[in-house]
Amino acid sequence: MIKIAAIVPAYNEEKAIAAVVNDINTISQSQNFSITVVVVNDCSTDSTSEIISKLNCIALNLPINLGIGGAVQTGFKYAFENGFDYAMQIDGDGQHPASEIPKLTTAIIENELDVVIGSRFISKEGFQSSIVRRFGINYFKWLNRLFVGVTINDSTSGFRLINKKALEIVSNYYPDEYPEPEAIILYSLNKLNIGEVAVNMKERQGGVSSINTFSSIYYMFKVTLAIIYTFIRIKFKK
Amino acid sequence: MARIQIIAIAISILFLLYIVRLIIKGKLREEYSIVWIICTIILIVFSFWRNGLEVMSKLLGVYEAPNLIFTGAIFAILIYLLHLSVIVSKLHSQNKQLAQEIALLKEKLKKE
Repeated sequence: MIKIAAIVPAYNEEKAIAAVVNDINTISQSQNFSITVVVVNDCSTDSTSEIISKLNCIALNLPINLGIGGAVQTGFKYAFENGFDYAMQIDGDGQHPASEIPKLTTAIIENELDVVIGSRFISKEGFQSSIVRRFGINYFKWLNRLFVGVTINDSTSGFRLINKKALEIVSNYYPDEYPEPEAIILYSLNKLNIGEVAVNMKERQGGVSSINTFSSIYYMFKVTLAIIYTFIRIKFKK
Repeated sequence: MARIQIIAIAISILFLLYIVRLIIKGKLREEYSIVWIICTIILIVFSFWRNGLEVMSKLLGVYEAPNLIFTGAIFAILIYLLHLSVIVSKLHSQNKQLAQEIALLKEKLKKE
């Protein structure tokens, strides 16, 4: 049976986390693969850690706050060390509905892909996020095409499934801040096959986005730099 | 010897002694102290050698001697700040790795 680790990074998500974990566990029972939920508690200041210790999941408690990238990477390391076939990232705020997981698993197995990204923009259904954010996403789409020649419609989506090959790469290096667009560059420069499937996303049920209006300029700038550096770093190594 | 010269020499030597004391007490690592010791020695040399600045300026083709100080000092400070940024970045990534290892180990311990 295929083993999948569902990594849920959680920072102060006491309101939504239980529902997210239970949803994934429910889906897991009705499929031909086993999903282990790995919640990475990024040093939350609320009761997240008590809540996850009672849930049916692996609880990784970070002693200091590492930010989204560091937290997700902890989960990747866990999955890699414990011999999981696939790992996926599911946000702890309930944006990524567990019912969409089978779409990703079907796509990765049938198309023999290394990475599958759940995208909001292939079919225009469900929650479509704000105008500013969509402008950013279009910019990254253009940037990805420029640097690696792959077209990813939703490169900021954290809802993705990766196989062992990709897992090894991200256990070694994963960006700290806003890791999603940069990770795509990392995957494609390492010659992994990336695919995209349409999924529906919900509006967050609790917590605050890691990206507010103020930091969106910083976000674009930082990610652009990171993409250029990653590109140079990998190209020069070869 | 001019009064300012004596003051400069005294302060430079006190500074040097303070750095040595920090190293002995283990509050400053030797590798980071090298740059401070070199700076202090340069200060002491120029405190004794009054015409040194004029000579160096002429040698390098700087018309106003004080400008040499500013250029040299600002350049040195920038380089050292960059060096510190590199160290902070290294500590940052080591810190991250340690935190991740701790989280993974805690989970392993719970299982056993």
